[in-house]
Amino acid sequence: MDTQTENYAIKLDIFEGPLDLLLYLIKKNEIDIYNIPVALITEQYLQYLNIIKSLNLDLAGEYLVMASTLIHIKSKMLLPVPEEPTEEENEKDPRAELVKQLLEYQSFKEAAADLEKRPILERDVFTHASAGLQENTGKENEEDDELIEVSVFELIEAFHRLVSRTDKKELLEIDVEKMSLTDIINDVMERLTREKNLTFEELLGERKDRRQIIYTFLAILELIKLRMIKAYQTSAFGVIRIFPAVES
Amino acid sequence: MENIKAIIEALILSSDAPLPLDKICAVLSETRREDVKTAVAELTAEYDQRQSGISIQEVAGGFQYRTRTEMAAWIKKLKNVKPPTLSAAALETLAIVAYRQPLVKSEIESIRGVDVSAPLKGLLDKKLIRIVGRKDVPGKPIIYGTTKKFLEVFNLKDLSELPTLREMKELQLQGEAKDEVQEESREETKD
Repeated sequence: MDTQTENYAIKLDIFEGPLDLLLYLIKKNEIDIYNIPVALITEQYLQYLNIIKSLNLDLAGEYLVMASTLIHIKSKMLLPVPEEPTEEENEKDPRAELVKQLLEYQSFKEAAADLEKRPILERDVFTHASAGLQENTGKENEEDDELIEVSVFELIEAFHRLVSRTDKKELLEIDVEKMSLTDIINDVMERLTREKNLTFEELLGERKDRRQIIYTFLAILELIKLRMIKAYQTSAFGVIRIFPAVES
Repeated sequence: MENIKAIIEALILSSDAPLPLDKICAVLSETRREDVKTAVAELTAEYDQRQSGISIQEVAGGFQYRTRTEMAAWIKKLKNVKPPTLSAAALETLAIVAYRQPLVKSEIESIRGVDVSAPLKGLLDKKLIRIVGRKDVPGKPIIYGTTKKFLEVFNLKDLSELPTLREMKELQLQGEAKDEVQEESREETKD
Protein backbone atom coordinates (compact mmCIF):
# COMPACT_ATOMS: atom_id res chain seq x y z
CA MET A 1 0.00 0.00 0.00
CA ASP A 2 2.74 2.36 1.01
CA THR A 3 4.75 1.87 -2.13
CA GLN A 4 1.64 2.39 -4.19
CA THR A 5 0.95 5.68 -2.50
CA GLU A 6 4.48 6.80 -3.14
CA ASN A 7 4.23 5.92 -6.80
CA TYR A 8 1.16 8.04 -7.20
CA ALA A 9 2.68 10.85 -5.23
CA ILE A 10 5.62 10.99 -7.61
CA LYS A 11 3.35 10.88 -10.61
CA LEU A 12 1.17 13.70 -9.35
CA ASP A 13 4.13 15.75 -8.40
CA ILE A 14 4.97 16.21 -12.07
CA PHE A 15 2.22 18.75 -12.41
CA GLU A 16 3.15 22.27 -11.52
CA GLY A 17 -0.46 23.23 -10.87
CA PRO A 18 -3.91 23.04 -12.44
CA LEU A 19 -2.83 24.77 -15.67
CA ASP A 20 -0.02 22.29 -16.09
CA LEU A 21 -2.41 19.39 -15.56
CA LEU A 22 -4.80 20.84 -18.14
CA LEU A 23 -2.02 21.28 -20.68
CA TYR A 24 -1.02 17.68 -20.08
CA LEU A 25 -4.58 16.45 -20.69
CA ILE A 26 -4.85 18.55 -23.85
CA LYS A 27 -1.60 17.13 -25.18
CA LYS A 28 -2.49 13.58 -24.17
CA ASN A 29 -5.80 13.73 -26.03
CA GLU A 30 -4.24 15.56 -29.00
CA ILE A 31 -6.76 18.33 -28.70
CA ASP A 32 -6.66 21.67 -30.47
CA ILE A 33 -6.13 24.17 -27.68
CA TYR A 34 -8.40 26.69 -29.43
CA ASN A 35 -11.23 24.19 -29.53
CA ILE A 36 -11.22 22.31 -26.23
CA PRO A 37 -13.98 19.73 -25.74
CA VAL A 38 -14.83 20.96 -22.25
CA ALA A 39 -16.96 17.96 -21.27
CA LEU A 40 -14.16 15.49 -21.97
CA ILE A 41 -11.43 17.56 -20.35
CA THR A 42 -13.55 18.30 -17.28
CA GLU A 43 -14.27 14.61 -16.84
CA GLN A 44 -10.60 13.64 -17.06
CA TYR A 45 -9.58 16.53 -14.85
CA LEU A 46 -12.03 15.45 -12.14
CA GLN A 47 -10.75 11.88 -12.42
CA TYR A 48 -7.28 13.11 -11.55
CA LEU A 49 -8.62 15.06 -8.60
CA ASN A 50 -10.35 11.90 -7.40
CA ILE A 51 -7.10 9.97 -7.49
CA ILE A 52 -5.48 12.65 -5.38
CA LYS A 53 -8.40 12.70 -2.96
CA SER A 54 -8.61 8.90 -2.64
CA LEU A 55 -4.98 8.87 -1.62
CA ASN A 56 -5.70 11.44 1.07
CA LEU A 57 -3.07 13.71 -0.38
CA ASP A 58 -3.25 17.38 0.20
CA LEU A 59 -5.27 18.85 -2.60
CA ALA A 60 -4.13 22.36 -3.31
CA GLY A 61 -7.03 24.79 -3.38
CA GLU A 62 -6.03 25.99 -6.82
CA TYR A 63 -6.99 22.61 -8.31
CA LEU A 64 -10.51 22.93 -6.94
CA VAL A 65 -10.86 26.47 -8.25
CA MET A 66 -9.93 25.21 -11.72
CA ALA A 67 -12.44 22.35 -11.41
CA SER A 68 -15.23 24.81 -10.67
CA THR A 69 -14.09 27.03 -13.55
CA LEU A 70 -14.28 24.07 -15.93
CA ILE A 71 -17.74 23.09 -14.73
CA HIS A 72 -18.85 26.70 -15.02
CA ILE A 73 -17.63 26.87 -18.63
CA LYS A 74 -19.27 23.54 -19.40
CA SER A 75 -22.63 24.72 -18.05
CA LYS A 76 -22.33 27.99 -19.94
CA MET A 77 -21.78 26.14 -23.19
CA LEU A 78 -24.87 24.01 -22.60
CA LEU A 79 -27.09 27.03 -22.27
CA PRO A 80 -28.66 28.37 -25.45
CA VAL A 81 -27.21 31.66 -26.61
CA PRO A 82 -29.60 34.45 -25.68
CA GLU A 83 -31.07 36.15 -28.70
CA GLU A 84 -30.27 39.59 -27.45
CA PRO A 85 -26.95 39.43 -25.67
CA THR A 86 -26.73 41.69 -22.67
CA GLU A 87 -23.78 44.01 -22.22
CA GLU A 88 -21.98 41.61 -19.92
CA GLU A 89 -22.75 38.42 -21.81
CA ASN A 90 -21.40 39.94 -24.97
CA GLU A 91 -18.31 37.73 -24.89
CA LYS A 92 -17.96 35.16 -27.64
CA ASP A 93 -16.69 31.87 -26.31
CA PRO A 94 -16.87 30.98 -22.61
CA ARG A 95 -13.58 29.13 -23.11
CA ALA A 96 -11.70 32.18 -24.40
CA GLU A 97 -10.39 33.35 -21.04
CA LEU A 98 -9.12 29.89 -20.09
CA VAL A 99 -7.48 29.40 -23.49
CA LYS A 100 -5.69 32.73 -23.10
CA GLN A 101 -4.46 31.67 -19.66
CA LEU A 102 -3.32 28.29 -20.97
CA LEU A 103 -1.44 29.81 -23.89
CA GLU A 104 0.26 32.32 -21.64
CA TYR A 105 1.28 29.64 -19.18
CA GLN A 106 2.49 27.42 -22.01
CA SER A 107 4.72 30.13 -23.44
CA PHE A 108 6.35 30.66 -20.04
CA LYS A 109 6.77 26.93 -19.58
CA GLU A 110 8.66 26.94 -22.86
CA ALA A 111 10.66 29.99 -21.82
CA ALA A 112 11.64 28.13 -18.63
CA ALA A 113 12.76 25.15 -20.73
CA ASP A 114 14.79 27.50 -22.93
CA LEU A 115 16.48 28.97 -19.87
CA GLU A 116 17.32 25.49 -18.67
CA LYS A 117 19.02 24.74 -22.00
CA ARG A 118 21.31 27.76 -21.84
CA PRO A 119 24.97 27.27 -20.95
CA ILE A 120 24.54 27.56 -17.21
CA LEU A 121 27.36 28.71 -14.98
CA GLU A 122 28.82 25.92 -12.86
CA ARG A 123 27.02 23.33 -14.98
CA ASP A 124 28.12 23.95 -18.58
CA VAL A 125 30.56 26.82 -18.31
CA PHE A 126 33.00 27.74 -15.61
CA THR A 127 35.04 30.78 -14.70
CA HIS A 128 38.24 30.99 -12.73
CA ALA A 129 36.53 32.59 -9.75
CA SER A 130 32.97 31.84 -10.43
CA ALA A 131 30.02 33.32 -8.65
CA GLY A 132 27.81 30.34 -9.33
CA LEU A 133 24.47 29.43 -7.87
CA GLN A 134 25.89 28.22 -4.61
CA GLU A 135 28.30 30.95 -3.80
CA ASN A 136 27.40 33.99 -1.81
CA THR A 137 29.70 36.81 -2.72
CA GLY A 138 29.13 39.97 -0.80
CA LYS A 139 29.48 42.08 -3.91
CA GLU A 140 25.97 41.72 -5.19
CA ASN A 141 24.78 43.00 -1.86
CA GLU A 142 26.62 46.26 -2.15
CA GLU A 143 25.20 46.78 -5.56
CA ASP A 144 21.68 46.04 -4.50
CA ASP A 145 21.94 48.08 -1.36
CA GLU A 146 18.79 50.02 -2.05
CA LEU A 147 16.39 50.68 0.77
CA ILE A 148 12.92 49.24 0.69
CA GLU A 149 10.14 50.45 2.87
CA VAL A 150 9.20 47.95 5.58
CA SER A 151 5.63 46.76 5.98
CA VAL A 152 3.93 46.49 9.32
CA PHE A 153 4.15 42.68 9.11
CA GLU A 154 7.91 42.74 9.02
CA LEU A 155 7.93 45.05 12.01
CA ILE A 156 5.68 42.66 13.91
CA GLU A 157 7.98 39.80 13.00
CA ALA A 158 10.99 41.70 14.32
CA PHE A 159 9.02 42.41 17.46
CA HIS A 160 8.22 38.73 17.94
CA ARG A 161 11.84 37.78 17.43
CA LEU A 162 12.96 40.16 20.13
CA VAL A 163 10.27 39.25 22.60
CA SER A 164 10.93 35.54 22.25
CA ARG A 165 14.62 36.18 22.85
CA THR A 166 14.12 37.86 26.19
CA ASP A 167 14.33 35.84 29.33
CA LYS A 168 10.93 34.62 30.41
CA LYS A 169 11.86 35.10 34.06
CA GLU A 170 11.40 38.79 33.74
CA LEU A 171 7.71 38.28 33.28
CA LEU A 172 7.42 37.57 36.96
CA GLU A 173 9.19 40.70 38.09
CA ILE A 174 7.01 43.47 39.31
CA ASP A 175 8.07 46.76 37.89
CA VAL A 176 7.33 49.66 40.13
CA GLU A 177 8.58 52.18 37.66
CA LYS A 178 5.73 53.34 35.50
CA MET A 179 6.37 53.88 31.86
CA SER A 180 4.36 56.11 29.62
CA LEU A 181 4.11 55.79 25.87
CA THR A 182 4.61 59.53 25.47
CA ASP A 183 7.94 59.32 27.28
CA ILE A 184 9.11 56.53 25.02
CA ILE A 185 7.94 58.35 21.90
CA ASN A 186 9.84 61.45 22.96
CA ASP A 187 12.89 59.37 23.76
CA VAL A 188 12.76 57.60 20.39
CA MET A 189 12.40 60.86 18.47
CA GLU A 190 15.16 62.51 20.45
CA ARG A 191 17.59 59.67 19.78
CA LEU A 192 16.64 59.46 16.11
CA THR A 193 17.26 63.14 15.48
CA ARG A 194 20.61 62.76 17.19
CA GLU A 195 21.72 59.52 15.49
CA LYS A 196 20.01 60.00 12.08
CA ASN A 197 19.05 56.32 11.86
CA LEU A 198 18.86 53.37 14.23
CA THR A 199 17.89 49.72 14.12
CA PHE A 200 15.03 48.44 16.19
CA GLU A 201 17.46 46.74 18.52
CA GLU A 202 19.57 49.83 18.92
CA LEU A 203 16.47 51.78 19.85
CA LEU A 204 15.81 49.36 22.67
CA GLY A 205 19.25 49.89 24.09
CA GLU A 206 20.27 48.00 27.17
CA ARG A 207 16.92 47.60 28.82
CA LYS A 208 15.56 44.61 27.01
CA ASP A 209 12.68 43.51 29.15
CA ARG A 210 9.35 42.61 27.66
CA ARG A 211 7.61 45.76 28.72
CA GLN A 212 10.33 47.93 27.27
CA ILE A 213 10.16 46.09 23.95
CA ILE A 214 6.39 46.35 23.79
CA TYR A 215 6.40 50.05 24.59
CA THR A 216 9.13 50.79 22.08
CA PHE A 217 7.27 48.79 19.44
CA LEU A 218 4.06 50.69 20.15
CA ALA A 219 5.97 53.95 19.99
CA ILE A 220 7.38 53.01 16.57
CA LEU A 221 3.96 52.02 15.25
CA GLU A 222 2.48 55.27 16.55
CA LEU A 223 5.27 57.36 15.03
CA ILE A 224 4.93 55.60 11.67
CA LYS A 225 1.20 56.27 11.76
CA LEU A 226 1.89 59.93 12.46
CA ARG A 227 4.43 59.91 9.62
CA MET A 228 7.14 61.11 11.95
CA ILE A 229 9.48 58.21 11.15
CA LYS A 230 10.02 55.70 8.37
CA ALA A 231 11.20 52.08 8.51
CA TYR A 232 13.39 50.62 5.78
CA GLN A 233 15.36 47.45 5.10
CA THR A 234 17.88 46.58 2.40
CA SER A 235 16.54 43.14 1.61
CA ALA A 236 13.78 40.77 2.57
CA PHE A 237 14.44 39.55 6.14
CA GLY A 238 17.18 42.17 6.42
CA VAL A 239 17.86 44.46 9.35
CA ILE A 240 15.14 47.05 9.82
CA ARG A 241 16.36 50.62 10.15
CA ILE A 242 14.30 53.48 11.45
CA PHE A 243 14.76 56.96 9.96
CA PRO A 244 13.20 60.26 11.00
CA ALA A 245 10.71 61.22 8.29
CA VAL A 246 11.91 64.80 8.05
CA GLU A 247 15.47 65.94 8.36
CA SER A 248 15.59 68.40 11.18
CA MET B 1 48.30 47.34 -30.42
CA GLU B 2 49.76 43.97 -29.35
CA ASN B 3 50.53 45.47 -25.99
CA ILE B 4 46.96 46.63 -25.48
CA LYS B 5 45.68 43.13 -26.13
CA ALA B 6 48.00 41.70 -23.50
CA ILE B 7 46.83 44.27 -20.97
CA ILE B 8 43.17 43.58 -21.71
CA GLU B 9 43.80 39.87 -21.34
CA ALA B 10 45.31 40.44 -17.91
CA LEU B 11 42.54 42.81 -16.85
CA ILE B 12 39.78 40.38 -17.75
CA LEU B 13 41.47 37.46 -16.04
CA SER B 14 42.15 39.36 -12.84
CA SER B 15 38.61 40.64 -12.56
CA ASP B 16 36.20 38.67 -10.39
CA ALA B 17 33.07 39.81 -12.16
CA PRO B 18 32.52 40.29 -15.90
CA LEU B 19 34.59 43.36 -16.80
CA PRO B 20 32.66 46.14 -18.55
CA LEU B 21 34.20 47.91 -21.55
CA ASP B 22 33.99 51.20 -19.64
CA LYS B 23 36.29 49.87 -16.94
CA ILE B 24 38.85 48.68 -19.49
CA CYS B 25 38.72 52.10 -21.13
CA ALA B 26 39.18 53.78 -17.76
CA VAL B 27 42.39 51.79 -17.17
CA LEU B 28 43.65 52.32 -20.72
CA SER B 29 42.96 56.04 -20.60
CA GLU B 30 45.49 56.78 -23.35
CA THR B 31 43.78 54.51 -25.86
CA ARG B 32 40.75 55.43 -27.91
CA ARG B 33 37.56 53.58 -27.08
CA GLU B 34 37.28 52.31 -30.62
CA ASP B 35 40.75 50.75 -30.45
CA VAL B 36 39.95 49.04 -27.16
CA LYS B 37 36.82 47.61 -28.72
CA THR B 38 38.77 46.30 -31.71
CA ALA B 39 41.41 44.80 -29.44
CA VAL B 40 38.78 42.93 -27.40
CA ALA B 41 37.17 41.64 -30.60
CA GLU B 42 40.56 40.50 -31.97
CA LEU B 43 41.45 38.84 -28.70
CA THR B 44 38.12 37.00 -28.66
CA ALA B 45 38.67 35.85 -32.23
CA GLU B 46 42.16 34.58 -31.41
CA TYR B 47 40.82 32.30 -28.69
CA ASP B 48 38.16 31.03 -31.05
CA GLN B 49 40.62 30.41 -33.87
CA ARG B 50 42.98 28.22 -31.96
CA GLN B 51 40.06 26.27 -30.46
CA SER B 52 41.12 27.04 -26.96
CA GLY B 53 39.33 25.46 -24.01
CA ILE B 54 38.41 28.92 -22.80
CA SER B 55 36.87 31.88 -24.55
CA ILE B 56 36.09 35.50 -23.85
CA GLN B 57 32.38 35.89 -23.50
CA GLU B 58 30.19 38.91 -23.01
CA VAL B 59 27.93 38.33 -20.01
CA ALA B 60 26.03 40.68 -17.72
CA GLY B 61 27.40 43.72 -19.51
CA GLY B 62 31.08 42.76 -19.28
CA PHE B 63 33.77 40.45 -20.58
CA GLN B 64 34.79 37.27 -18.82
CA TYR B 65 36.88 34.19 -19.48
CA ARG B 66 34.63 31.16 -19.53
CA THR B 67 35.31 27.56 -20.38
CA ARG B 68 33.69 26.22 -23.52
CA THR B 69 30.58 24.11 -23.03
CA GLU B 70 32.38 21.13 -24.65
CA MET B 71 34.76 21.08 -21.69
CA ALA B 72 31.98 20.67 -19.10
CA ALA B 73 32.31 16.89 -18.90
CA TRP B 74 36.04 17.12 -18.12
CA ILE B 75 35.60 19.81 -15.51
CA LYS B 76 32.89 17.78 -13.83
CA LYS B 77 35.35 14.90 -13.59
CA LEU B 78 37.80 17.22 -11.88
CA LYS B 79 35.37 18.91 -9.51
CA ASN B 80 33.32 15.83 -8.71
CA VAL B 81 30.35 17.84 -7.47
CA LYS B 82 26.79 17.86 -8.65
CA PRO B 83 25.96 21.08 -10.47
CA PRO B 84 23.35 23.24 -8.76
CA THR B 85 19.90 22.78 -10.21
CA LEU B 86 16.66 24.68 -10.13
CA SER B 87 13.29 22.96 -9.78
CA ALA B 88 10.69 23.25 -12.52
CA ALA B 89 8.67 25.55 -10.28
CA ALA B 90 11.69 27.79 -9.69
CA LEU B 91 12.55 27.90 -13.40
CA GLU B 92 9.01 28.80 -14.41
CA THR B 93 8.85 31.50 -11.77
CA LEU B 94 12.23 32.83 -12.83
CA ALA B 95 11.18 32.91 -16.50
CA ILE B 96 8.06 34.89 -15.62
CA VAL B 97 10.05 37.38 -13.54
CA ALA B 98 12.67 37.72 -16.29
CA TYR B 99 10.17 38.47 -19.03
CA ARG B 100 7.58 40.45 -17.11
CA GLN B 101 9.69 42.39 -14.60
CA PRO B 102 9.14 44.48 -12.61
CA LEU B 103 6.16 42.60 -11.18
CA VAL B 104 4.52 41.50 -7.92
CA LYS B 105 3.86 38.01 -6.59
CA SER B 106 0.15 37.99 -7.47
CA GLU B 107 1.00 38.64 -11.12
CA ILE B 108 3.29 35.60 -11.18
CA GLU B 109 0.62 33.52 -9.51
CA SER B 110 -2.05 34.49 -12.00
CA ILE B 111 0.19 33.15 -14.79
CA ARG B 112 1.31 29.97 -13.04
CA GLY B 113 -2.06 29.32 -11.41
CA VAL B 114 -0.42 28.25 -8.14
CA ASP B 115 1.16 29.77 -5.07
CA VAL B 116 4.76 30.84 -5.72
CA SER B 117 5.99 31.71 -2.21
CA ALA B 118 8.44 28.82 -1.99
CA PRO B 119 10.09 29.22 -5.42
CA LEU B 120 10.29 33.00 -4.92
CA LYS B 121 12.10 32.54 -1.61
CA GLY B 122 14.50 30.07 -3.21
CA LEU B 123 15.27 32.44 -6.08
CA LEU B 124 15.83 35.31 -3.64
CA ASP B 125 18.19 33.16 -1.58
CA LYS B 126 20.13 32.23 -4.71
CA LYS B 127 20.20 35.93 -5.60
CA LEU B 128 18.77 35.30 -9.04
CA ILE B 129 15.98 37.76 -8.35
CA ARG B 130 15.81 40.74 -6.06
CA ILE B 131 13.32 43.09 -4.50
CA VAL B 132 13.19 46.28 -6.49
CA GLY B 133 10.61 48.10 -4.41
CA ARG B 134 7.05 48.10 -3.22
CA LYS B 135 3.96 48.75 -5.27
CA ASP B 136 1.91 51.67 -4.07
CA VAL B 137 -1.34 49.75 -3.67
CA PRO B 138 -3.03 48.44 -0.50
CA GLY B 139 -0.81 45.89 1.20
CA LYS B 140 2.25 47.41 -0.49
CA PRO B 141 3.23 44.19 -2.28
CA ILE B 142 6.90 43.61 -3.04
CA ILE B 143 8.05 44.17 -6.63
CA TYR B 144 10.56 41.67 -8.02
CA GLY B 145 13.16 41.84 -10.78
CA THR B 146 16.13 39.77 -11.93
CA THR B 147 19.68 40.42 -10.76
CA LYS B 148 22.99 40.80 -12.53
CA LYS B 149 23.80 37.36 -11.21
CA PHE B 150 20.87 35.99 -13.18
CA LEU B 151 22.58 37.21 -16.36
CA GLU B 152 25.89 35.70 -15.23
CA VAL B 153 24.43 32.31 -14.36
CA PHE B 154 22.44 32.01 -17.59
CA ASN B 155 25.24 33.33 -19.77
CA LEU B 156 23.29 36.36 -20.98
CA LYS B 157 24.76 39.61 -22.27
CA ASP B 158 21.67 41.50 -21.17
CA LEU B 159 17.94 40.94 -20.83
CA SER B 160 17.35 41.66 -24.52
CA GLU B 161 19.29 38.49 -25.32
CA LEU B 162 16.44 36.38 -23.92
CA PRO B 163 14.63 34.62 -26.76
CA THR B 164 11.28 36.08 -27.68
CA LEU B 165 8.30 34.46 -26.01
CA ARG B 166 6.14 32.37 -28.29
CA GLU B 167 3.05 34.48 -27.72
CA MET B 168 5.07 37.54 -28.69
CA LYS B 169 6.39 35.76 -31.78
CA GLU B 170 2.87 34.90 -32.86
CA LEU B 171 1.79 38.49 -32.38
CA GLN B 172 4.73 39.66 -34.45
CA LEU B 173 3.93 37.19 -37.20
CA GLN B 174 0.39 38.47 -37.30
CA GLY B 175 1.72 42.01 -37.47
CA GLU B 176 4.11 41.15 -40.30
CA ALA B 177 1.38 39.40 -42.21
CA LYS B 178 -0.70 42.55 -41.95
CA ASP B 179 2.21 44.66 -43.16
CA GLU B 180 2.68 42.38 -46.14
CA VAL B 181 -0.95 42.64 -47.07
CA GLN B 182 -0.72 46.40 -46.83
CA GLU B 183 2.40 46.46 -48.98
CA GLU B 184 0.80 44.26 -51.56
CA SER B 185 -2.25 46.47 -51.74
CA ARG B 186 0.02 49.48 -52.06
CA GLU B 187 1.83 47.85 -54.97
CA GLU B 188 -1.46 47.08 -56.57
CA THR B 189 -2.54 50.67 -56.40
CA LYS B 190 0.81 51.66 -57.89
CA ASP B 191 0.19 49.41 -60.86
